[in-house]
Amino acid sequence: MKELKILAVVVFFTLLTYFLVEPYAHSQMHKHVDSEGFTYADLPALTKTGDKTRGQELIMSAGCAGCHSIEAAGMPAPMDGVMAAQSYGVNPPDLSNAGALYEAKFLSDLIKNPAHALKVEHKFDAASGKMHPMVPFYGMGGDIDQEVADMVAYLQSIAVKAEEVTPAMAFEEACGRCHAVGYENWTQLGTKPKFKHEKDSLAFDIKLLEYQDSLKAYMGKLPPDLSMYFRSRNEHYISTFIENPQNHLAGTAMPRVGVTADAAEKVIEYLADSADTKRHEREAIGMNVMIFSIIFAIFALLWKKQVWRDLH
Amino acid sequence: MAHFTKATSVKDWLNQRLAVETVEKVMASEYWIPKNINFLWAMGMILAVTFGLLTISGIFLLMYYQPSVDTAFYSVNYTIMREVDFGWLWRHVHGVAASVVFLVIYIHMFTGIYYGSYKKGREMIWISGMLLFVTFSAEAFSGYMLPWGQMSYWAGMVITNIFSLGSLHFDGLVEWIRGDYVPAQAFLNRFFMLHVFLLPLAIMGLIGLHFAALRIPHVNNQDGEEIDFDAEAKKYLAGDTKNSKVMRFANDFLSKDLMVVGLFLIFFFYLVFWHYGFALDPVNFDPADGLKTPAHIYPEWYFLWSYEILRPFPVDIGLVAFGFAQVIFMLLPWLDRSENTVPASRRGKFAIWFWVMLVDMIVLTAMGKLPPEGIFSTIGLVAALLFIAMWIILPFITKNEKKV
Repeated sequence: MKELKILAVVVFFTLLTYFLVEPYAHSQMHKHVDSEGFTYADLPALTKTGDKTRGQELIMSAGCAGCHSIEAAGMPAPMDGVMAAQSYGVNPPDLSNAGALYEAKFLSDLIKNPAHALKVEHKFDAASGKMHPMVPFYGMGGDIDQEVADMVAYLQSIAVKAEEVTPAMAFEEACGRCHAVGYENWTQLGTKPKFKHEKDSLAFDIKLLEYQDSLKAYMGKLPPDLSMYFRSRNEHYISTFIENPQNHLAGTAMPRVGVTADAAEKVIEYLADSADTKRHEREAIGMNVMIFSIIFAIFALLWKKQVWRDLH
Repeated sequence: MAHFTKATSVKDWLNQRLAVETVEKVMASEYWIPKNINFLWAMGMILAVTFGLLTISGIFLLMYYQPSVDTAFYSVNYTIMREVDFGWLWRHVHGVAASVVFLVIYIHMFTGIYYGSYKKGREMIWISGMLLFVTFSAEAFSGYMLPWGQMSYWAGMVITNIFSLGSLHFDGLVEWIRGDYVPAQAFLNRFFMLHVFLLPLAIMGLIGLHFAALRIPHVNNQDGEEIDFDAEAKKYLAGDTKNSKVMRFANDFLSKDLMVVGLFLIFFFYLVFWHYGFALDPVNFDPADGLKTPAHIYPEWYFLWSYEILRPFPVDIGLVAFGFAQVIFMLLPWLDRSENTVPASRRGKFAIWFWVMLVDMIVLTAMGKLPPEGIFSTIGLVAALLFIAMWIILPFITKNEKKV
């Protein structure tokens, strides 16, 4: 009985110390940002239903393919990644799966006003002559909202289904043109292939360095490699950062990318695979070790009782 | 030369050469432990087991770790965490054990203070224990440098800076310790050497001293009773095990040790698999970057109280206070002027001193991590001043303590 009282005292002071230095201290050190559930409430609500056939015509005539590839529709990129980055700062994304990865609301606003949707108006302000490299769509003469809705409907029609989006696909398309993930062998120019000759490998590295130079000039610094981010930042932080980088880091050059809640989950899963690769193994082995420890403790307890029977 | 006869068994053969039976008696079966002790007396065994876990996991990590500023982070976070089978397990065991070992050390220390186990011939146990605390601290700090993450780098920068001793500006000493102007390759190499060789060696030597210091004064007990160990041992050996006040170390006490260790391991492995974040700081999963200072630099939790004694004061005063905090525990057997070797609960003012000291150190620990702003820095300053004042008044309140 006395031992249990002593144990209670030890446990109390241990938990008190733990509470103060971990949950409490961290709540004081870091700003808390609540998730909005990837609803993008600040963007105007959608009012029109789009027609994908008209959308396809609009996308062709609006000149989207002048910068973007749409592999799913057989339209290749007009230039390679390095040259594209030299022209625009960053390689413009392929639009094949944009309809599955990004919220329709976000895409609609993006087409009309990129800097607004991306929340980088502090960097790009048309009035002072600093245009965002993506040219806004000014309309083809009809109802601009209807036209945008049609274009989004087309993008959604060519994209893979939401459930077919894989973690790698979500990360590579939404994040991977700025962020490398070295531990997954991902570079801003794609997965680095295995080369037979060293000179080919070096040639790839040179292209990558050139790409990164453009990116640095565009973003202000090279966006960080995200290999260990799942462990260096917590899941809530990453999720709310993706949702709106400005909430965490006001003034950052990182745009809001507008992914859907599902796509954001996939991105996080990709980061977890990189930084916490063995998490499933850890859970499984942890259960076995716990079972072993409990059985060990029971035997130790019984042995103690047996030995001490003669002592009291 | 001794006389050797033809051995009748392997045991006899060994006995003639190594006196294994005598050794077994001295170390285990006739090493007498008082019966009236509680589970807090098993902390030593828990520490030994945890040190064992640290050594074994450390050996496995050492097989893949690379002490180079270019590859250290990669070898830990890629090679060990992803490529090596169970590398993640060894790292988590190592990291969590390094943190938990300090929790147990603090429990062990406060147990010693509460029951007065540093008095009347037990001074060397206390001193060797405090030396172990210092070497364990150095071991923990040097190990923290090795993953070469952001916290490794910046903690290394801050702690080595302490050696410039404020206004004395011993900058040359700091450079000598680092082997460079900033933490870099020479720094990493020497802390690697300290962590895997010199400090573990010192710890093992000190553990030997700590155990040896225990032999003659024997283990204290929870009532401060003075036991005639020889008489009680005779009683035990005569078969009166029930009425004897002592028991054998093995298997009597060992069985209880093992029971407590068993319960401890459930707690420990729960932390290893599900709750390791407190021991493996997220900030250290960013690679070291000398051009990017983290928003908050703080030591691991077990150094926070002494960090908070350094932090609230101007540099020079802070350093003096910090130095005071490092050595003052060592002097406890002489600052406590009372003759009573009994639990604090029976020592009047000392009981109040004990609990205030414990709570003050927890307050210091919390303030050491919180940002030093507003109310937190005021509380931190008051707690640091209280810590110093408490040690200054200790001799006065214990001098006139009533004899119990």
